[in-house]
Amino acid sequence: MIGHAEKAAPFVADEQRVHWHDQALWFVRLKRDRQAESIPEWEALREAAAAIKAHTLSRIADYLEEFEHNASANGIQVHWARDGAEHNAIVHRILADRGFTRLVKSKSMLTEECHLNPYLEARGIEVTDTDLGERIVQLRHEPPSHIVLPAIHLKKEDIGELFHKELGTAEGASDPKYLTEAARSHLRQKFMAAQAGLTGVNFAIAETGGFVVCTNEGNADMGTSLPPVHIACMGIEKIVPRAQDLGIFLRLLARSATGQPVTTYTTHFHGPLSTPGGELHVVIVDNGRSAILGQETFRRSLSCIRCGACMNTCPVFRRSGGYSYGYTVPGPIGSLLAPLRDPRKFGSLPFASSLCGSCSDVCPVKIDLHHELYAFRQELVRQKVVPLSKRFAMAAMSAVLARPWAYRMAGSLMRGIVPRLPRAFGYGPWNAWGRQRELPPMPQQSFRDLIKKESK
Amino acid sequence: MNSRDAILDSLRRNAPPVSPLPEAPTAITYADPEKQFAEAFGSVGGKFVRVASLAEVNTELGKFDSYTQAGKIASLIPDVGRANVDLAALKDPHQLEGLDIAIIAGEFGVAENGAVWVPGSTLGPHRAIFVVTQHLVLIVPAGQIVHNMQQAYDRIRLERPGFGIFISGPSKTADIEQALVMGAHGARSCSLFLVGSQAR
Amino acid sequence: MPKVGLFIPCYVDQLYPQVGLATLRVLRRLGIDVDFPEEQTCCGQPMANSGCAEYARPLAERFLKIFGKYDHVVAPSGSCVSMVRNHYAQWLEGKPDFDHLRTTTFELCEYLVDIARVVKVEGDFPRKVGLHMSCHGLRELRLGRSSEVMVKPFNKVRFLLGQLRGIELVELTRFDECCGFGGTFAVNEEAVSCLMGRDRIADHEKAGAEVIAGFDTSCLMHLDGLIRRQNKPLRVMHVAEILEGARLS
Repeated sequence: MIGHAEKAAPFVADEQRVHWHDQALWFVRLKRDRQAESIPEWEALREAAAAIKAHTLSRIADYLEEFEHNASANGIQVHWARDGAEHNAIVHRILADRGFTRLVKSKSMLTEECHLNPYLEARGIEVTDTDLGERIVQLRHEPPSHIVLPAIHLKKEDIGELFHKELGTAEGASDPKYLTEAARSHLRQKFMAAQAGLTGVNFAIAETGGFVVCTNEGNADMGTSLPPVHIACMGIEKIVPRAQDLGIFLRLLARSATGQPVTTYTTHFHGPLSTPGGELHVVIVDNGRSAILGQETFRRSLSCIRCGACMNTCPVFRRSGGYSYGYTVPGPIGSLLAPLRDPRKFGSLPFASSLCGSCSDVCPVKIDLHHELYAFRQELVRQKVVPLSKRFAMAAMSAVLARPWAYRMAGSLMRGIVPRLPRAFGYGPWNAWGRQRELPPMPQQSFRDLIKKESK
Repeated sequence: MNSRDAILDSLRRNAPPVSPLPEAPTAITYADPEKQFAEAFGSVGGKFVRVASLAEVNTELGKFDSYTQAGKIASLIPDVGRANVDLAALKDPHQLEGLDIAIIAGEFGVAENGAVWVPGSTLGPHRAIFVVTQHLVLIVPAGQIVHNMQQAYDRIRLERPGFGIFISGPSKTADIEQALVMGAHGARSCSLFLVGSQAR
Repeated sequence: MPKVGLFIPCYVDQLYPQVGLATLRVLRRLGIDVDFPEEQTCCGQPMANSGCAEYARPLAERFLKIFGKYDHVVAPSGSCVSMVRNHYAQWLEGKPDFDHLRTTTFELCEYLVDIARVVKVEGDFPRKVGLHMSCHGLRELRLGRSSEVMVKPFNKVRFLLGQLRGIELVELTRFDECCGFGGTFAVNEEAVSCLMGRDRIADHEKAGAEVIAGFDTSCLMHLDGLIRRQNKPLRVMHVAEILEGARLS
């Protein structure tokens, strides 16, 4: 397994870039704080959102059935996919059956998870990601590095170079307005030519049989109001019971994600486009989620509304970048979702955290992220994903610490020997601590030595 | 077992014990919701204009460059805007391309975030109008500002089947080095006229 | 008169004994009956932190046996106290004295403010001090309001230190960002850990701090390691060491 630390190494080596990336995301975190401060009932909102999600998960099958029933009554065709492969096949079939080859997409982390794009492209479908950040990484043949800010790892010069190559913008031009304008024209052509539009789902409403998509750019709206066919893909956990629950979630989502009070467009879809050939399909996907539901310690991670606040606040994410996690969803929530899917491949992620707890404090649905990361470490040890050498070292340490005489002896040995080691020996390549830090000074006497002399 | 049943079965087997739905917290209210709305709308890049009548909207529109220089104007509000696009005659939403100004109605505004509720039925024959247009003009009657989103959902009657949208300002993106740019794919500008007698 | 068991974390005992002494003295000077049970070693955090729950279990059980009999337990460490209060239930739930232990184990600052009810801190400390709010103490023990959470501001550590004459608690740009120690994280993710630590130090430096004060020696050890390698003119001190010279009432 190539772990987080290894994957992060190239990113981390460029300290200037690290600071830039760190500052950019910290700024988003600060914007979130300002919004949260402006709502006196902010903590009560989080509490309510957490409770709504917990309730929903406890009756999720009923709510999904209710959704299907009401959605069908609205003229929406509901499909069910057990896993990513089935999801991809369903989406492809909808397009292929109609002879469609041009699809525009707005952001959907679920479709990233299922690797939909390469699946469709291999079958002759042109897929255009229309979220500007997503389009940028698509043109670079890269995955997004953040679930809300896909191109946060790129500088405007990088994008300028890309657009010069791909869109014919002026060489060396990097003004965001100029580049955005170029993308606007380029993508408008794609919207106009598209035969179908695919979106994710922010919230699906059981009570009304519809769903909500939130964007700032309007790409979900453009992509679903021009072509007649709209395919919306959702994980089972996106369901909420009632329309009024949106009143809670929509007050939290954009504030947590980008520090805005709301996204520009909050679109409620309750039926197909009323043009000839108008169709609306919803694909409901499990892909391992029902298994997570069954795990008491980790089921709350299903409450995630994919806001990305945990990533923005995470001091490790900000300094190591989204790619160091190697998974569709990075950061603190990704460090749970990834190993839940594949503990062996992603076993380093729960350890890529100092457990500072900031993520848990910003999560709008109060997932106790850092506690789940701590608990997952135990899972990994139980499953023997943590290497024997580490487990053995801990066993040895435990044995010493359980015996006061051994502990005292180890302590005085350490304090006696380490200061006497030649520097090269004490700070060899084996000593990760010593690479950039001095070892702590080793006092001659321990506290328990000193207390003997302490007068009462 | 088909996928639907397999998934529902798995979800039922794995479900935790039932926990109750919570009470909604008391949401923020403002001493002057219209003022709060105007501020919020402005802060998201929108242009807020308070007028006494629809006639005044036309006068004010005449002061916008985007309006005076507009080639194609569509209006869903009778007597507002010198519309020259016959929306009903368009067979296909793609024919909206090139639309400079779209004047549409908003049912109510939300003070906490500058959002305006636009039911699909008020968007005319082609709902794409609000996103294809280069510039969007919203006409909202005065006295129709709710304080917060929780109140908004108490008020909304979702059209089923149908469509509805909260619009809060112009289309925007910050995907290029977090620099905020107005006019990503949708409207480059969004102006809102709050029309009617001054509150209080 | 409640009997207080002094819990000195293993690394404080071995590497920063002066912090232990300062803690003892601060408590004794308040007239508190403090006992240091010699048999104590470690709370088990390194094992637990590594996911090796079963290797932490014997240490948790030892801890309960040694400390369960005291009215209160006080330690100069937020992370070790958090271990006992928030994570010991996994091994000790239902055991006799555990409920008592869980509710009466305190970090030093919260003990002084909430239990010993210290209201006045008289003493001189004419230094520019940057406060390092270690994560476990801040977000697990809630020694103060963390910047993410929208509640009324409060800070038990500031309350104590702020009263010292001449002290200037400097304004940091990120007052509660993690320093990057994180236990085994400091070694497993050494590069990011040091980036985080250096950023903290730079923040304190820019704010003009002469002393970085904290209540968790583990964080201070990591910051100090970086400071000394870079030869920065900064000193780390534990809150106990600062309060040692003061009169608390």
